[in-house]
Amino acid sequence: MDSDARTASSDHPEVAHLPQRKAVRVRDERPWWDTFPWWGVIISAVLIWMAVQIVQNDDYNLAWERIYPGLRITVRTTFQAFGIALIIGLVTGVGQISRNVVVRNLSRTYVEFIRGIPILPLIFTVALIVVPWAQDRIGYKIGFEMRATVTLALIYGAYMAEIFRGGIQSIPPGQTEAGRSLGLSGRQTMRSVVLPQAMRAIIPPLGNDFIAVLKDTSLLSVLGVLEITQKTRQFSASTFKFREGYFVVAFIYLCLTLGLSILLGVLERRMTRDRKGER
Amino acid sequence: MDVHTDSSTTSMISLRGLTKTFDKTIHAVRDFDLEIVEGEVVVIVGPSGSGKSTVLRCINLLEIPTEGFVTVDGFELTDVRTDIDHVRAEVGMVFQQFNLFPHLTVLQNITLAQRKVRGRGRAEAEEEAARQLARVGIPEKADAYPRQLSGGQQQRVAIARSLAMDPKVMLFDEPTSALDPEMVKEVLDVMLELASEGMTMVVVTHEMGFAKAAADRLVFIDEGEVVEVGPPEEVFSNPRHERTRAFFDKILY
Repeated sequence: MDSDARTASSDHPEVAHLPQRKAVRVRDERPWWDTFPWWGVIISAVLIWMAVQIVQNDDYNLAWERIYPGLRITVRTTFQAFGIALIIGLVTGVGQISRNVVVRNLSRTYVEFIRGIPILPLIFTVALIVVPWAQDRIGYKIGFEMRATVTLALIYGAYMAEIFRGGIQSIPPGQTEAGRSLGLSGRQTMRSVVLPQAMRAIIPPLGNDFIAVLKDTSLLSVLGVLEITQKTRQFSASTFKFREGYFVVAFIYLCLTLGLSILLGVLERRMTRDRKGER
Repeated sequence: MDVHTDSSTTSMISLRGLTKTFDKTIHAVRDFDLEIVEGEVVVIVGPSGSGKSTVLRCINLLEIPTEGFVTVDGFELTDVRTDIDHVRAEVGMVFQQFNLFPHLTVLQNITLAQRKVRGRGRAEAEEEAARQLARVGIPEKADAYPRQLSGGQQQRVAIARSLAMDPKVMLFDEPTSALDPEMVKEVLDVMLELASEGMTMVVVTHEMGFAKAAADRLVFIDEGEVVEVGPPEEVFSNPRHERTRAFFDKILY
C-alpha cells in the first residue's frame, strides 16, 4: 500500500487504500447545466474552428489535399486489422480457458509474448524479419500494407484475448451448469448461453480497442505504408510546413475517434438499458 | 440399511462406493451407496456441508466423482465411453439460484435445449414449452424475461425448462432455499404434483413438510456418509442414530 495514502487518513489505516471522496449532498434532481455534456460543446467548437482554418487558409488547404487521400488506407487497415484481431482474440481467449492443455498453453504463450513487447519493435520484427522469412518459404510476396495489417492484428488479438477471457469468466458458472445439465454440449453452451451474455461485458472494451487500432495505424508509417500519418510526414518533409501538416492530421484523427466514441456511447447505453432490474 | 432390491422395480439411479474428494484431502462424499428405483422420490437431508449437494451433482456429473460408480437409467456415467451429454438430457436439474438464461425470454429458455439437443422444430418446441408453462401455472409469462419474474416464477420456469426435455429423472438442489417465504409453496406445489405423476425425483431440501408429503424415502447424510435411510415419518419420529436425532432437534419445531 502507498505510504502517503496511509498518512492521509491515519485515523482509519484499514481504509486508507479506498478512494477518498468528498461528501456530496444528495439531491433528487440535478439542474440541466449539471448533467449537460459540456465537453461535447467544447470539442465541437474546437473541431469547427479547426475545420474553418483548413477551409480558409491556403497552406492548411494544401496540407489537407495532400494528406486526405491516405484516409482510405487508414480506414481499410483499421477494419482489416480489427476484424482479424477479433477472430484471433476470440480463439485464443476461449483457448486460454480450454480444458485442452496444449491449446491452453499455446494461447497463454501467445498472449504473454505479444503483450510483453512494445508495438513498434514488434512491427519491425514481424514486417522485416518474420514475413520475409515466411514469404521465402511459401513463395508468395506479401506487401508492406498486408504485413503491417497482420502485425497490428496479431498485437490486438492478444489484447482482445484478455477481453474475451475476462468477459467469459464474468458469467457465473451456474449458467454453464444449467446449459450442460440440459444436455447442451460444451460448445453449444458457450455459443448459446455464455458468449451472448459475455458480449455485454466485452463490447465496451472492444470498442476502446477499435479506437486504439485506428490510432495505432499511424505506427504503420514506419513501414512506409501511405496512410495519413505517412502522408503527413511526406508533406511536411517536402514543404517544411510541419504545423499545417500535423494540424490537419490531428483534425482527421479527432473526427474519426470522436465519431466512434459517440457511436460506442450509444451502443453502451442501449445495452445498459436492456439490463435494468436484472439480478 | 433399507435398499430396494425388489426385482419387479427397475433401478433408475445407482450410486456405488461414490467418493468425492476436493483438493485431495477434503472428503465431501465418502463411500456412498444408494439405489433409487423408477418413480421413487428420495429426499436427501443433512447439515450444511454434509455433502448432499455434491451427491446430487455427481448424479449428472456436474461433479466428477473421485471414486466409485454412478449409473443412471442403465448408463454407466463414470465410464469415459458414455456420452455424458446424452445422459444429461435425460436428467433434469433444478438449481437453488434458478440459473435461467437472462438474455433469453422464458419461451426461449425452454425451447433452447429442446431444439439443439432434441432436434425439435420451432413449432413443436414452442408447443411443448407452452404445455410445460401451463403445467407450472404461468402460461402468460412466455414472452417475459427472467428478470421480470419473481423468484418463485423463475424457479417454476426452471422446472418447466427441465421438464420440456422429457427427463427420466429430476434432480432438485435446494430449489426453495433462495426464495422469499411466500413463494416457497408455489414451487413445492409443482414438485408435489410432479411426484404424484410418478416422476423419479431426488431432492435436496430443508422443507420437511415436502419430505413428509412426497418422499418415499428420506436419506439423512452427515460428513459425506449415509447415516440413516427410511420412510420420512419413521426417520422423523423415531431416528435410530444420535446424529439424526441431533439434526432434527435443531431444525424441527
